[in-house]
Amino acid sequence: MKAWLTQHRQALAAALAKLARQKSASLLNALVIGVALALPAGGYLLLANLQGLARGIALEPQMSVYLRTDAGNADVAALDARLMADARVASVRFVPRDQALSELKELEGAADLIAALGQNPLPDAYVVRGRDAGALDALAAEARGWPGVAQVQLDAAWSRRLGALAGIARIALVLLAALLAAAMIAVTFNTIRLQILVQREEIDVSRLLGATDAFIRRPFFYLGALQGATGGAIALAIVKASVIALNRGVAELAATYGSGFQLAFFGLADSASALAFSVCLGWVGAYLSVSIYLHEMPQ
Amino acid sequence: MISFSGVSKRYPGGLQALREVSLEIGDGELVFVTGHSGAGKSSLLKLVPVIERPSAGTVLVNGQNVGALGRAAIPHLRRNLGLVFQDQKLLYDRTVFDNVALPLAFTGQPPREAARRVRAALDKVGLLGREQANPVQLSGGEQQRLAIARAVVNRPAALLADEPTANLDAEAAARVLEILVAFNQVGVTTIVATHDEALARRFGRRVVRLSHGALEGA
Repeated sequence: MKAWLTQHRQALAAALAKLARQKSASLLNALVIGVALALPAGGYLLLANLQGLARGIALEPQMSVYLRTDAGNADVAALDARLMADARVASVRFVPRDQALSELKELEGAADLIAALGQNPLPDAYVVRGRDAGALDALAAEARGWPGVAQVQLDAAWSRRLGALAGIARIALVLLAALLAAAMIAVTFNTIRLQILVQREEIDVSRLLGATDAFIRRPFFYLGALQGATGGAIALAIVKASVIALNRGVAELAATYGSGFQLAFFGLADSASALAFSVCLGWVGAYLSVSIYLHEMPQ
Repeated sequence: MISFSGVSKRYPGGLQALREVSLEIGDGELVFVTGHSGAGKSSLLKLVPVIERPSAGTVLVNGQNVGALGRAAIPHLRRNLGLVFQDQKLLYDRTVFDNVALPLAFTGQPPREAARRVRAALDKVGLLGREQANPVQLSGGEQQRLAIARAVVNRPAALLADEPTANLDAEAAARVLEILVAFNQVGVTTIVATHDEALARRFGRRVVRLSHGALEGA
């Protein structure tokens, strides 16, 4: 156990010494990895932020049922009963035309417009929240045929579109991440291969004198993992800097909507897993590189 | 301790390096293997640490058929053998001390114990004062002695030296062989391959001669 720890400490020290000896090359490598990882990480962050924003606006599908202006009380009562009884409906809110008008008046510039009209142009309306988007589709189609109903507007459509777009974006991000992860493994593979060739004599002599494959591999694993870690840290720094830069513009835009929305950076767990992912990729690249070398070479 | 029986070695390409060699080397024995260059001395020595495997016959080390050893077992066999190569295979990017310490790292020796062993090995080959030198700064004979120190630092049961006196002047060559004989005297089984039969005979030990891959007089 003690010998094992000694060996690991020595391997880590050797890897650190190698990185320190080739500062500029190590830094450039880490930068390549960092930039490559920053793309999917940044994309993921944007998507997570947008989804959070969309969720705040409308989570549940919603439809508005506008009544004819000449609808009688009997029609309204029948409609009321029908909506209340429907199993697909989560909640119903009645918005009388007078209330709708006063809500409209509060909007900037609308008051003048309404005054010019002279009379209330708005109909009575129901705002219906459905249990799920699919259920409201069918209900909307039925409601269009009900007596007293002038128009049915399904508000679920845009939220579903947003959801679908987010789904596409997520798939695109996964593909991008997979491609760049492969590229990162290749970068590490080559860096480690170069390092192996530099140390070829030491490796060959060590094997002749009784070093196990595990002993030979160990410092390169640390080297790959360290490179992955620095690359991951650079990626996080790039994303963080981008968030700070973007947030200036975002704050301005959000203010025009009366919102204080800001892009949020990764939490601790997300940052840690991004870093861990990067370390793993470095390790895999190193593993492939050393294993292939050790297999190519006679013992 | 080391036994070759009916060992042949044919390299890819058809070169027949060894023909049916049978040789028994007892525990603690010293054997000089002589012969002209290309006679198969190196090939014979390479079979023991499984740098090469025999094409036919068996090589036993402590009763173990090393030609059949799996890949993973080879490093453990080699740690128990001290190898001195014709071209020394020293690492010129580190000090004399670090060259000798290399095999100790494989087994994760604590630094203090490792340093003690390195100094003891350097002392035995007369290089204790040169531990911080670079191998390049050493003479040919000193480099060969450094290689011997590295071979014995793990206290191996057997020492195999392939042409340790090649490229050395007579005095340096004699010194190197004296050191090897001294290790043998403390119980290390030793095989020394050399083309210089006259020098080998001066020690009055067992000498066998290889010719075109076959043991003479066998």
